[in-house]
Amino acid sequence: MSAKPRVAVHKFSSCDGCQLAFLNLGDALLAAAELVEFAHFAEAGPVDPQARVDVAFVEGSISTPEERERIRQVRANSRFLVTIGACATAGGIQALRNMHDAKQWVAGIYALPEYVSALDKVTPIAAAVKVDLELWGCPVSGSQVLAALSALLAGTVPPPDEDKVCMECKRRHTVCVMVAKGVPCMGPVTRTGCGAICPSFGRDCYACYGPAENPNTASLGRRLEGLGLTRNEVAARFHFINNAAPAFHEAGIAAKERRRG
Amino acid sequence: MAEQREIRVNVPLLARVEGEGALDLAVSGGEIRELRLRIFEPPRLFEKLLEGRSYAEVPDIVARICGICPVAYQMSAAQALEQAFGVEVDEPILAMRRAMYCGEWIQSHALHIHLLAAPDFFGYGSALEMAKDHPAEVRRGLALQALGNDLIRLFGGRSVHPVGVRVGGFHRAPARDEGRALGRRLRAALPDAQALTAWIASVAPRGQEQEFAFVALRHAREYPMYGGRIASDRGLDIGTEDFETRFEERQVAHSTALHCLLEGKPYLVGPLARLMLNRDRLPEEVAGTLVRTGVRLPSRDTFASALARAAEIHLALLEAARILENYEPPAAASVPVKPRAGTGFGATEAPRGLLWHRYETDAQGKIVRARIVPPTSQNQARIEEDLRLALQRFGLERGDDELRLMGEKVIRSYDPCISCATHFLDLRVRRE
Repeated sequence: MSAKPRVAVHKFSSCDGCQLAFLNLGDALLAAAELVEFAHFAEAGPVDPQARVDVAFVEGSISTPEERERIRQVRANSRFLVTIGACATAGGIQALRNMHDAKQWVAGIYALPEYVSALDKVTPIAAAVKVDLELWGCPVSGSQVLAALSALLAGTVPPPDEDKVCMECKRRHTVCVMVAKGVPCMGPVTRTGCGAICPSFGRDCYACYGPAENPNTASLGRRLEGLGLTRNEVAARFHFINNAAPAFHEAGIAAKERRRG
Repeated sequence: MAEQREIRVNVPLLARVEGEGALDLAVSGGEIRELRLRIFEPPRLFEKLLEGRSYAEVPDIVARICGICPVAYQMSAAQALEQAFGVEVDEPILAMRRAMYCGEWIQSHALHIHLLAAPDFFGYGSALEMAKDHPAEVRRGLALQALGNDLIRLFGGRSVHPVGVRVGGFHRAPARDEGRALGRRLRAALPDAQALTAWIASVAPRGQEQEFAFVALRHAREYPMYGGRIASDRGLDIGTEDFETRFEERQVAHSTALHCLLEGKPYLVGPLARLMLNRDRLPEEVAGTLVRTGVRLPSRDTFASALARAAEIHLALLEAARILENYEPPAAASVPVKPRAGTGFGATEAPRGLLWHRYETDAQGKIVRARIVPPTSQNQARIEEDLRLALQRFGLERGDDELRLMGEKVIRSYDPCISCATHFLDLRVRRE
């Protein structure tokens, strides 16, 4: 009966923080609910995980066998599938366990690890199904999800914002923390979209929005060593929130291997 | 006759909670044979991924445990690491931390009351439906939520995973005028908080009084938020470092959240426990507003948690307004930190209750071992106990849908955070 476009918000392994990009919209959330039908959005109320929708927003990474099955169902039921946040787009911070023995980690926390079902590797959504649009960020913002929703409903996929955080600092007239204070900032390799908040607080960007286009990670790695970081510490800077994004994953490994070289 | 039937109710997803869980209910001969709140939120193994990381990264890492209460995680962690390093932060920094924490209480409680809990009071499926008939109340709630978010943003740049907190203080203190302007907006919102408390008292359902222990922090002067001793209404009074001597986490087969027990028994943490243990620490205005509602306190009815949340929104607005109205930026936003090998404990009151952290560090300040006990794992055994009593009293002969809805309401009244733990409620009633 309703001719409104249908939208779903699905959760996988995550902290719920990206769904808050909707729940924190205030009046804009009520306005959005006039324009679209939230067919499935468990935290907000509507529950219909099998709903066929125009746009599915997916939060979280794939870390259990159940999630691997469920994402296929979501894909089959959705015209556009949009990942929201670092977990869905790049695996998230929990993908750090991919570099360790996951079984041992589970055993380190749970007395009865056999009751805990987890895949050996944590993977982003795109490793399991086709993704139409990826929104980076830990967390994504309200304006990112609203802009994506409006563009998709107008029949277009918005161009990705792949500029570096450095560009945003210049636009905002924020003094460079690396140049002025020698702070080991990840801004030169990190994609903008956050508003370059960290440097405006006088601190280092920690790359929560993932790799920018053509990030010169090797050069930044050397610069960070020049600022006094050990190679392991440089590796840890890349192996953080977006550790499983290929550019950062490889940069971290390269930083460690230079130690042996 | 009904008891002879074998019925399975399968509700594939619990609405309006944070995370993944299910409820198994088996009824035979008119009695509950089995009741389990099953939590299967995938484990993200934070305690392990903290090992080997620098202390300086910890506030940014632990925020990611929960998008709804990242400030609580940052505060407990900073406090614990400062203790490990023998660092004392000064009064102005403590005041800034309290004001920021108030922001999280306001946004989290306003979100829970309006978007998660209140639709149950009227029988709506969601706040979006409720907004059509009760637009003023929903808008007032969303405005309070936004104000809480603005308060977090003042100190952290953004409301989800804010970036301002560091071990030793803050990366930056807000500018004078910015702080004071927000202080005035907080003050102006006080009538909304009073009206919210009165509204909740008039529309929220009441349940039943049950027997259980309240556990919360107790501070020498303040309503507890950032510090204090761990206390119960049964005589418990211990320092945060002694938590592990009295509380025990157990793994149960049906949950990836560990069950935490106090001397072998379930207990309650969260807004109602805090309020019941600390009524003498309430500002007069908040206590007065509560009295005028006519609701009898103390209460061991967990449905009174909604009222406690409203009262805490009022309190948090007042406290933050008081701190910010005459705000002067401190000379330094942080004190110097020199890492050392040690162990530190942190305990603060997250919106959902006591959040306890312990870290062991090496001489460089790298994390050797971490342990984190979130509020939802502490409340899990109590939720199961409450469900058992509430459903028994409600009447097991009732239809499966009625039982399911009652079960959901009980669970939601705890505001479980199943990402810190549930978005899959799969209620199965087996009747034999």
